[in-house]
Amino acid sequence: MQKELFEFKRPGYYGPYGGAFVPEILRTTIDELTSAFEEAYADPAFWPQYVDVMQSYSCRPTPISYLENLSRQLGGARIYCKREDLNHTGAHKANNVMGQGLLVKRMGKSRVIAETGAGQHGVATATMAARMGLECTIYMGAVDVERQRPNVFWMEQLGAEVIAVTDGTATLKDAINEAMRDWAASMENTHYVMGTVCGPHPFPQMVTYFQSIIGKESYQQMQKMTGGLPDHVYACVGGGSNATGIFLAFLDENNIELIGVEAGGKGIETGLHASRMQGGQLGVAQGYKTYFLQDAEGQMQETHSVAAGLDYIGIGPILSYLHDQKRVRFESATDEEVVEAAKMLIRQEGIIPALESSHAFAAVIREAPKMKKEQVILVNLSGRGDKDIFNIADAIGDEKWKLFLKQKVQQL
Amino acid sequence: MEVISQTESATVMNLTQYIQERLQQKKILLMTHAVVGYPSLQANWDMLETMQEAGVDLVELQFPFTEPSADGELFVKANQEALKNGIRRDDYFAFMQKATEAFDFPIFMMSYYNPVFVMGHRTICEQLKESGSSGYILPDLPVEEYGDLFTYSKAAELHPILLCAPTNTQQRLQEIALKGSGFLYCVARKGVTGAKTDIGQNVDRFLARCRKVSELPIALGFGLSHGTDIQNLHGKAEIAIVGSALLRSWLEKGKEGYQAHLQELVENCFPK
Repeated sequence: MQKELFEFKRPGYYGPYGGAFVPEILRTTIDELTSAFEEAYADPAFWPQYVDVMQSYSCRPTPISYLENLSRQLGGARIYCKREDLNHTGAHKANNVMGQGLLVKRMGKSRVIAETGAGQHGVATATMAARMGLECTIYMGAVDVERQRPNVFWMEQLGAEVIAVTDGTATLKDAINEAMRDWAASMENTHYVMGTVCGPHPFPQMVTYFQSIIGKESYQQMQKMTGGLPDHVYACVGGGSNATGIFLAFLDENNIELIGVEAGGKGIETGLHASRMQGGQLGVAQGYKTYFLQDAEGQMQETHSVAAGLDYIGIGPILSYLHDQKRVRFESATDEEVVEAAKMLIRQEGIIPALESSHAFAAVIREAPKMKKEQVILVNLSGRGDKDIFNIADAIGDEKWKLFLKQKVQQL
Repeated sequence: MEVISQTESATVMNLTQYIQERLQQKKILLMTHAVVGYPSLQANWDMLETMQEAGVDLVELQFPFTEPSADGELFVKANQEALKNGIRRDDYFAFMQKATEAFDFPIFMMSYYNPVFVMGHRTICEQLKESGSSGYILPDLPVEEYGDLFTYSKAAELHPILLCAPTNTQQRLQEIALKGSGFLYCVARKGVTGAKTDIGQNVDRFLARCRKVSELPIALGFGLSHGTDIQNLHGKAEIAIVGSALLRSWLEKGKEGYQAHLQELVENCFPK
């Protein structure tokens, strides 16, 4: 199955999902990018070069930690955690941007653009651009600019121009639209660093390729640490890049259950969520065909999640396919469960998770107690939570933090 | 599936004939645009009446969508506001029907693919036919993805108007031209709707490349705003498309300004 995903029956399609629905103005650019990626993919020197960059610049291989306290407290399966939070810039996003950065160099372009939700992909792209000497523009929904101010600060310090997008719902999908509009005018010297396994072909495949480093490492590390492979693998799913990245290596081990956790927001029944597998319908937008949260007439709906990185209408076409094949089970976690999960991980294990990644933990907390003691869980901790200090402090209602903010404001 | 006639249908002939006949008096035809529901349905109606009086030749009515990815700032706002004004699918088709019954020019639906996909290829073609539309324009649907949309369009006597761009390879232009119908919608430059285009050698070269692969009438759009832009296209294209610039006039100068702008455009369609 792993192999199947990279050998198309119909170019760019995973079952009925995927494709490249772009205006003609971008067609040649998309074709050129596909060729550049295919050449790199076929070049035996490219993957080692990529791994070398990730080892010397981004702490790879990231470790796997055994979460002894959490395992004991939940009283079920043993829980292991892949530490993508220890990547440079604090999330798995670094894998994808450094990989695409190498491609940009191969293609000889001088400028990169990217969308960002939580800001992690924006920071990672700005970092890559600074390192590789590229101009950089980041599109970010105005709502996300508000809730992820620390990341905006760092992107600007890294030399990127951050454009707050006020169209539509002013979140991730609108940032993608705006980045596509920029690209439609600038493609000659500009590469669009899509941050997730969505958008037109070749992005889902290319981003999966770079993120597959997570699963490749995990597979070996788990064998070394536990003498076998995990029974369950959990990952949060926004667009789906950290999930696809960790799942890929385990796809062909049919006894391993793969679980993707979507944003349940304020609860599926409230309609304020981002669970495409529970409320989504097949559609075509943002350059690809997949399940979208949309109304009966095909207008995209508002989504909600406490985690900006999961607050998105669509889901990677590979995941839609794996869902149909019943290879990946999808769950959701509410904002409330997620904050509780984050608090638990912080206290029990001394690990501060991103609110996005905490979705995966919320499902683990629910399911681990029902599993046997000899069973093993692997959960992808896709990013660290420092960026969420305002949101987490807010959710926890920390009085000292509020006082600190008041004092800071008075000093201005 | 319905029986599809082997010969070109009456409407297909009609559009081709219509364009040829109008070109007897004019050097170039004018296609204009309105986003249904923005600023309001009443305003749209006034626009259409003004178009008819001024002598506009073809009209596109945009079915608003939440993700108008090929549109620039002004139309993005128009799509968003139209939806906020509560425009739904039924409102759109009711307006289309009223318009095709009241006015002489052929009217095309312009939208994005998702509303079409969700409605279903067959259903939307039947609905468009019922509403009197002459065809449709979907800038985010590549030619290889039309599938049975071509079949149902033919059955419903609709023209799928395909777009091509100066960045297309000659081979791609040929693929598009082969499948196109009615006229070929040539995107004048990179970027999205609304920004200015200089009709220079680049555009000339692009139009010449399109002419090589297609016998369809050629329409040029994206960034045309004034009479001089239309003048510059005499002998190079059969149809000039003006969208954002006219909406801007309506918003900034009201109905009279819009009327004056349309008149200026139409005057420049005639030989000097």
